[in-house]
Amino acid sequence: MDIFNLLWLIPALPLCSFLILAIFGSKLSGRAVAIIGCATVGLAALLTIWMGITFLTAPPAGNFYQQTLWVWLNTGGFSPSIALYLDPLSLIFIFVVTFVGFLIHWYSSEFMQGDEGYARFFAYMNLFIFSMLTLVLANNLLLLYLGWEGVGLCSFLLIGFWYRDPVNSYAARKAFIVTRIGDTAMIIGLFLLLSSFNTLNIAEILTKAPGVWSPGSSRAFWAAILLLGGALGKSAQLPLQTWLPDAMAGPTPVSALIHAATMVTAGVYLIARTHVLFELAPVVQLLVAIIGAATLVVAGFSALAQKDIKRVLAYSTISQIGYMFLALGVGAWSAAIFHFMIHAFFKALLFLGAGAVILAMDHEHDMFKMGGLRKKMPVVFWTFLFGSGALAALPLITAGFYSKDQILFFTMASVKGSIWLWLAGIVGAFITSVYTFRMVFVTFFGEQKMQVHYHAKNCIKIPLIILGILSLIAGFIELPHAWGNFAPFSDFLNGALPQVQLISGMESREIILEVITAIIALVGVYAAWVFFLKKPQLAYRFKTAGAGKGIYRFFFEGWMFDRLYDLIFVRPIVWLSKIDRRDFVDRIYGGIGQLNMVLNKSFSRTQNGLLRWYLFGVAFGAALLLTIILFL
Amino acid sequence: MIQVSMHLELLLAAILFLLGLIGVLVRRNILFVLMSAEIMLNAAGLAFVVAGAHWMQAEGQVMFIFILAMAAAEVSVGLALILQMHRQHKTVDTRVLNQLKDDPVPPVKELTEIQEEVNS
Amino acid sequence: MNVIFYIAAIIAIIATALVITGKNAVHALLYLIVSLLAISLIFFLLGAPFIAALEVIVYAGAIMVLFVFVIMMLNLGKAWEKTERSWFSAKAWIGPGILCIILLAELIMVFCSSAIPSGSTGVIGPRRVGVALFGPYVLGVELTAMLLMAGIVGAYHIGREKKRQYHRYLQNDEEKEGGL
Repeated sequence: MDIFNLLWLIPALPLCSFLILAIFGSKLSGRAVAIIGCATVGLAALLTIWMGITFLTAPPAGNFYQQTLWVWLNTGGFSPSIALYLDPLSLIFIFVVTFVGFLIHWYSSEFMQGDEGYARFFAYMNLFIFSMLTLVLANNLLLLYLGWEGVGLCSFLLIGFWYRDPVNSYAARKAFIVTRIGDTAMIIGLFLLLSSFNTLNIAEILTKAPGVWSPGSSRAFWAAILLLGGALGKSAQLPLQTWLPDAMAGPTPVSALIHAATMVTAGVYLIARTHVLFELAPVVQLLVAIIGAATLVVAGFSALAQKDIKRVLAYSTISQIGYMFLALGVGAWSAAIFHFMIHAFFKALLFLGAGAVILAMDHEHDMFKMGGLRKKMPVVFWTFLFGSGALAALPLITAGFYSKDQILFFTMASVKGSIWLWLAGIVGAFITSVYTFRMVFVTFFGEQKMQVHYHAKNCIKIPLIILGILSLIAGFIELPHAWGNFAPFSDFLNGALPQVQLISGMESREIILEVITAIIALVGVYAAWVFFLKKPQLAYRFKTAGAGKGIYRFFFEGWMFDRLYDLIFVRPIVWLSKIDRRDFVDRIYGGIGQLNMVLNKSFSRTQNGLLRWYLFGVAFGAALLLTIILFL
Repeated sequence: MIQVSMHLELLLAAILFLLGLIGVLVRRNILFVLMSAEIMLNAAGLAFVVAGAHWMQAEGQVMFIFILAMAAAEVSVGLALILQMHRQHKTVDTRVLNQLKDDPVPPVKELTEIQEEVNS
Repeated sequence: MNVIFYIAAIIAIIATALVITGKNAVHALLYLIVSLLAISLIFFLLGAPFIAALEVIVYAGAIMVLFVFVIMMLNLGKAWEKTERSWFSAKAWIGPGILCIILLAELIMVFCSSAIPSGSTGVIGPRRVGVALFGPYVLGVELTAMLLMAGIVGAYHIGREKKRQYHRYLQNDEEKEGGL
């Protein structure tokens, strides 16, 4: 039997679990809920791995596999179908979604123990996985958009999971509305594509596009920039990044899922998937690179000032996605996907580790109140250290180094790259390693300030260990070019994505750039060690003194983007609606209502139960009628 | 046969009808109300017969017979109702029978009040 | 002959006025019978002897007897006359009075403005009435028969002496009152 025939099962399993949990969840025991919720995703992950192995050993014809389930709708020559499309790109995505998603589910079965919404949580999580798989496997943009919106919905539901606290539901609404801005741009982009190609089938569009649109044509520009708008919203890039730090209101596994496996990487996927359109619009592609570079620096500085451990990670996600955008922007498609995968491993690890720490600290998020947890939670500490190392791209031993170094190299070496983008990347890398190890040192080193309330069980430890190992070794599947040209990952992806075009002669400089990157990362760690462990008073003095205080505040609030948007968009609208609250149109409708009430009052008074009164009405009516007949 | 103008005969019918109407409107005793209703019916029948007589048609009298039969049925049921009313309420006052009246309406909230509640 | 009409008409109006202003139910009923007899006379004068006879037999006879029975059963004594007197007030009369005067004036205007058929009146005997009744109006006769049947059944059902019954809405109230 051909394993690929079972492709539909991968999204169907989480959907099935979602339906079971949504309908019968309240009647099932917690254990049953956890088994159903985890096992379906686990099965999907196993299926994906099996499929991946088959794909590697015996690739299907044309290096892709398509499964049409049924025609969705058929109207006016436009008939999108529910069809799944498996190629190297979507295979890597579904692998990460199901595998990392499964580990997060497993972890959640312990993390969420005792929560009253246990079944609801797993139902939402499964729906999240299902939506993301739909997004990734869709063969047409309409189905992709269904998954896209499903992901948005699930993020709304999960960020506002503890909805009794208005702060959480506010964060959920913010995430939903901000991403909606991008979604609107994206759907307009889809209309544009539909009107140009009369189809939304991705493969067809990609083959037709170069023939229909010349490079740099205005239609290609608009299509690409509108799709980019959607990607910016979902992937929390400038200027739509403000929702992600607030999205930390959700339970920690949700943050892990949003940041690592699903949701925020959807934008990366979208751009990689429609790469032909971006290549036809070089301006937009450059814009992608610039936005990525700007975002990674902005988010990096913001992360440097945070106190909440989860917000540090949130800003680091924005920053890392910025790297992916940078890679996409310079045409290093496979490097972006590589970094996506490595990032998924170490970011899930970091979030899950942070979750364990927060659980141990009795739901304390402020890392300056933690400290010295190295001895108390050794497993969490070591895995967290691996993850941090990968995030900071410590040379040679961590996976993050290989992926980030590749991006930085291509930023410089690609024909679309430039030294300025590279500089931004290097600055970002330095800041990344500073804030990452600031977090590690503050949380795990120094003196202990709080009692440990909770010790991690196996359900929490095992996913951490698996992800920790992956954060270390996963990088070896793609070594730098200078090291013997061992790059199975990009070779695999080349079936779906074009190779990066290098400026000739840059290969020789690769080793220099690598050394610079490595040194920068190590210097960052050292700086963090000096400022936050050895002489914390230095950082403290900076934070409290004159100019430093302002800068700290500026970074802490994420470059004041929230205030800016509040000032530009929210306040004027609120002001307008306030002054417009009692306009004359309302008066008209309110007046109609009040008139009816008055009439009702007066007429109901006439119904007084007195026979003679009613008869009087009849006689009066007769007199009136006669009068009218006679005199008019 | 009489040579009276039809106007006068109809005027008689009208006066009798309106006297009956006044009785229905004014009296509180249900018995008198019923009697007044009979007067009104009778006056209407008179108008029919007058018209039939002047047009030399039998239809006027036919209508009167129908009215008569209707009055008989109405009176029998009406009197039975009066008896029941007397038994149940120990009175013949029509004002007592006002249970079908509309209940006083609870004060309705103004639109602005609702808005303010929503806002707060 | 015309004089007889005028006399009968005046008697009918006066008797009717006395009915609606009467305090004693039996007296009012007697005035009503007088009024009906006067109208019966007018019917005769109008050339409708059959109707005149019916008026006397059915209206003044049968229906009024029903009223007499009911008045007897209600047994409203002298004390009731007092109550009736107390219900008489100018305020109660003035509204309906004005309304009726307006209506009367309007009716007179209607009569004056409408054309009067020419030709004298003549007698329309029972024979012609019967032919009309059982000819084109036979369906009406049958409906009337049903109506009378319904009247009989309804009167029997409603007028039956039975236990005091309440509507289900009022039952709870009654229980409460009984409890007190």
